[in-house]
Amino acid sequence: MIPEFGNFALVMALGIALVQSIVPLVGAVQNNSRMMAVAVPAARLQFVCVAISFLCLTISFIQNDFSVLYVAKNSNSLLPLHYRISAVWGSHEGSLLLWALILSGWTIAVSIFKKSLPLTLSSRVLAILGIISVGFLLFLLLTSNPFLRLFPAAAEGNDLNPLLQDPGLIFHPPILYMGYVGLAVPFAFAIAALLQGRIDASWTRWSRPWALVAWIFLTLGIALGSWWAYYELGWGGWWFWDPVENASFMPWLVTTALLHSLAVTEQRNTFKAWTLLLSIFGFSLSLLGTFLVRSGVLVSVHAFATDPARGVFILIFLAFVIGSALFLYAWRASAIISLGRFSALSRETLLLINNVLLLVACATILVGTLYPLFMDAMQLGKISVGPPYFDKVFAPLMLLLVFVLGFGPMTHWRKDTFKNLINRLLKSALISALLGMAFVLLIFGPAPLLTTLAVVLGVWVIASSLATFKNHLGKDKPLDRLRLLPLAYFGMLVAHIGVGVFIIGVTLVSTYEQSETVRLAVGESYTLANRRFELADLTSVQGPNYNAEQATIKIFRGDHLVSTQFPEKRFYHSSSQPMTEAGIDAGLFRDFYISLGEPQQGNAWTMRLNYKPFVRWIWLGALLMAFGGLLAVLDRRYRKKQEGAN
Amino acid sequence: MNRKLFRWIVLFLLMAISHALPAQQVVTFENPETKQRYENLLENLRCLVCQNQALSDSNAGLANDLRVEVERMLRQGESDQQVVDFLVDRYGDFVLYDPPLKTSTYLLWFAPLLLLILFSVSMITYFRHQKTIMTEPPLDCKQRARAADLLNDVDQ
Repeated sequence: MIPEFGNFALVMALGIALVQSIVPLVGAVQNNSRMMAVAVPAARLQFVCVAISFLCLTISFIQNDFSVLYVAKNSNSLLPLHYRISAVWGSHEGSLLLWALILSGWTIAVSIFKKSLPLTLSSRVLAILGIISVGFLLFLLLTSNPFLRLFPAAAEGNDLNPLLQDPGLIFHPPILYMGYVGLAVPFAFAIAALLQGRIDASWTRWSRPWALVAWIFLTLGIALGSWWAYYELGWGGWWFWDPVENASFMPWLVTTALLHSLAVTEQRNTFKAWTLLLSIFGFSLSLLGTFLVRSGVLVSVHAFATDPARGVFILIFLAFVIGSALFLYAWRASAIISLGRFSALSRETLLLINNVLLLVACATILVGTLYPLFMDAMQLGKISVGPPYFDKVFAPLMLLLVFVLGFGPMTHWRKDTFKNLINRLLKSALISALLGMAFVLLIFGPAPLLTTLAVVLGVWVIASSLATFKNHLGKDKPLDRLRLLPLAYFGMLVAHIGVGVFIIGVTLVSTYEQSETVRLAVGESYTLANRRFELADLTSVQGPNYNAEQATIKIFRGDHLVSTQFPEKRFYHSSSQPMTEAGIDAGLFRDFYISLGEPQQGNAWTMRLNYKPFVRWIWLGALLMAFGGLLAVLDRRYRKKQEGAN
Repeated sequence: MNRKLFRWIVLFLLMAISHALPAQQVVTFENPETKQRYENLLENLRCLVCQNQALSDSNAGLANDLRVEVERMLRQGESDQQVVDFLVDRYGDFVLYDPPLKTSTYLLWFAPLLLLILFSVSMITYFRHQKTIMTEPPLDCKQRARAADLLNDVDQ
């Protein structure tokens, strides 16, 4: 009964979403405020329906209802309760339901925080979000219904993919989706602005916090995914340039560009049309990512061709959304006039360079991701585009970007001169060059040129940010000035410092990581990166739905015991292949990472020992970026607007 | 069993296998330089039967065989290029994560540069153009009426 109820709620949600998307739009055209007022209750009702539907699926999982095909495929009666709940989004159908739930959640958030928006704008925004909801609900009902029954019911479920039985899966997809789907809000704002044919300063003030919040979630989601892959997949990589990762990275790059463009639009009343275009691109890329991941086209063009229903649906939806958005843009953007003038050397120009570099980076990833598909479809042969390609093309673009980044915050709006800029930044440039080189030299010894350059640029971002801060405080009464600085300013500083930290982490770990595959018997040890790894013991461990072999590995520095790790090899009852649980001795300046290989004769195992210097800085940098975003969202100027309206 | 379900399960198993096991064979070379070359090669070669994994990370049977093959060739003193040529001969460019530069991949390799030029030029022309057409826009009727009102207020 419960699955049918969930299905019914989903159908209801579709009906309500149709009303939510059509009535307010017509009302906005006819200037009929009663029709426009339908948007809010419809949005809330739609959320309730989708939430009920999601709840029904969750209950089916909790109750182990294996008469539901999706539950039978992705759960098992031995699966612990928290994984039964996270298994709801463990596969295609459920993760789309989560998509729809989060989308309606964002919609309801807009309907709550919209108080200061004019009715026409807010009802248009809600209606556009409604149209996107219609697309995804239709997709769910027509091609990916999670409530399909299985007759006769399966006696036992097939179990959740062991890889996904991890706390990481509980948080990674919802957070990433919050970001992905959150981009729908700035998109809807952009379309609404195009429909009304103008944007003013208050439009940016409404749109900017939404873009920021989506960006924060996207940043956290990607970082979490990278961290999860690092400890769960068992070989200590943190980014693979896998198409699925690229699909989440592309919207991030464009949204980062959007945030900077929004800053210019808010402060300087220029870049307006460009901001709108970026808002459209951001969400379009998140739809494209959904298409690439969900249609199976990435596995192979032929997999897509054999079961095209899902792919074709998303492709049509994608074409409809992007096509109509771009058409609207081409038609209306010329009406949106930007007033601010700026000269060739100004903060506007530097932010423009930022935008160009971020977009080129994004477009390059797009080309690299789609090129093999293109070659295959054109029958030009099969090629692989992997990490070597992306590293080669991406690194120079990013280094150029962080070089420019150091100048951005220190440059004046509208007009500046090279002389002033050099005066202000010469000291930090020299300091970062010396500090960066000394840093690498002292810790790691003579380094390759590119490594040194990248570390210097990482330090440069941090040093120039601090210099900007000092400059802002001035010489007299710095404390008074400090109190006057807006929170968003600190947000920018923290996020930029995060970029520096990230660059340093990436550079050092990729240049200096060491790893070795060794065979160790109990009592034997191996020395890597000045640490002695001793296999002290081997035991068997019983988990709720797996058995594991567990090694006890003691890590010594000289004679001093630094840490004891317990890497495992798990054999899940439901699947024949073992899983690696790495043992990680984590630290701010290095990780030691141990993953078990295969058992050998004579009470021994093969295992991979890894030394990963500064690997934590990668996620630390991402966390700083997200935290900077949070500070910016909390800035008083976005709240004042709300209070003023109440 | 339902055929579609069966396919899903197989796919899922394949994915799980290809992800679950990092390759762990103990391979030693006398020369540390050769060892480094061996590892570099494995990182940049693709396992042909996995979803998206390098030879160094895959534990599929074929990957195992290919690793042994690479090891053998390096021991015989063959160069990296010879190893790569051998594998490309057998399996095509698909085996290379670093796509070779040839007619069909010119677009791929020059894309970043082309995009950079294209984006920069279009940005520059756009903002140049905007600068020349930009003058204060004339007030529309409403604004003019409002200005008149304000002036009246001041007069009173």
